Amino acid sequence: MELSKVVDELNLEVIAGYNDGKKEVNGAYIGDLLSLVMSKAESNNLWLTIQTHLNVIAVATLVDVSAIIVVENMEIDEDTIKKADSVKVPLLKTKLSAYELASKLAKLGV
Amino acid sequence: MTKDSNSMKLNYDVDSNDFTRAGEASSNIKKILKQLGVASKVIRKVSIATYEAEMNIAIHSYGGKINVEITPKEVQIVVKDNGPGIKDVNLAMKEGYSTATERIRELGFGAGMGLPNIKKCADVFELKSEEGKGTKVFIKIFLN
Ligand SMILES: Nc1ncnc2c1ncn2[C@@H]1O[C@H](COP(=O)(O)OP(=O)(O)OP(=O)(O)O)[C@@H](O)[C@H]1O
Ligand SMILES: [Mg+2]
Repeated sequence: MELSKVVDELNLEVIAGYNDGKKEVNGAYIGDLLSLVMSKAESNNLWLTIQTHLNVIAVATLVDVSAIIVVENMEIDEDTIKKADSVKVPLLKTKLSAYELASKLAKLGV
Repeated sequence: MTKDSNSMKLNYDVDSNDFTRAGEASSNIKKILKQLGVASKVIRKVSIATYEAEMNIAIHSYGGKINVEITPKEVQIVVKDNGPGIKDVNLAMKEGYSTATERIRELGFGAGMGLPNIKKCADVFELKSEEGKGTKVFIKIFLN
């Protein structure tokens, strides 16, 4: 499924690094501990997290997730937004909890 | 970066506590491996190993270096820092063991999975540390 479809269907707020949303999405991983995310998230996964510090961008690029989705409407550091734009990692946001979003993703067939 | 016909060497300095540049060395290494056309499975292993090593220098040490050598056969990664060293290396290798402070944990570090992750990704792994001196991690990942 294309990222743009997920963004449209689930009404995700686009914060940075999005481009045209043509990235492929396949599955999701939920996690806030970076070294667990490093070992468990797979490429093309959506990464659902409450972490918003600059470090999330490096983790996302290293494991090639298709987007970071910040849940619970957590505030995102300005540095993180700038970095997401410069390295083109889609950074999205929702006020849903990780559980609420994940169940919607599952229904959508992600 | 230096390059001869058969190998490429990359050297990075990693500062203590520098989270604004966190992940830069590992991101750069990944980019170069991609340009070289290395298999994505291998890139993933190198990315995880170098990222965890880089963050350990930034979080737990007074600063250090990452030296990478890419040959047609393997990627060799040598990580060295200037202390304080690890008292009990076996304990440090245990999944879940971490001395990260509350402040560091809030940033998402401190699962105690970094060293075990490196070991899992490495074909050859050696951790040597001397208290008061420093820590050295030697990693080899074969290209096929
Ligand atoms: N370069 C180092 N210098 C000094 N101590 C270190 C170094 N690397 C690791 N350690 C010690 O070993 C422990 C375990 O390291 P490991 O990378 O597995 O977990 P962590 O860094 O605490 O958490 P995580 O990597 O999951 O974010 C650290 O908490 C720290 O006490
Ligand atoms: Mg670590």
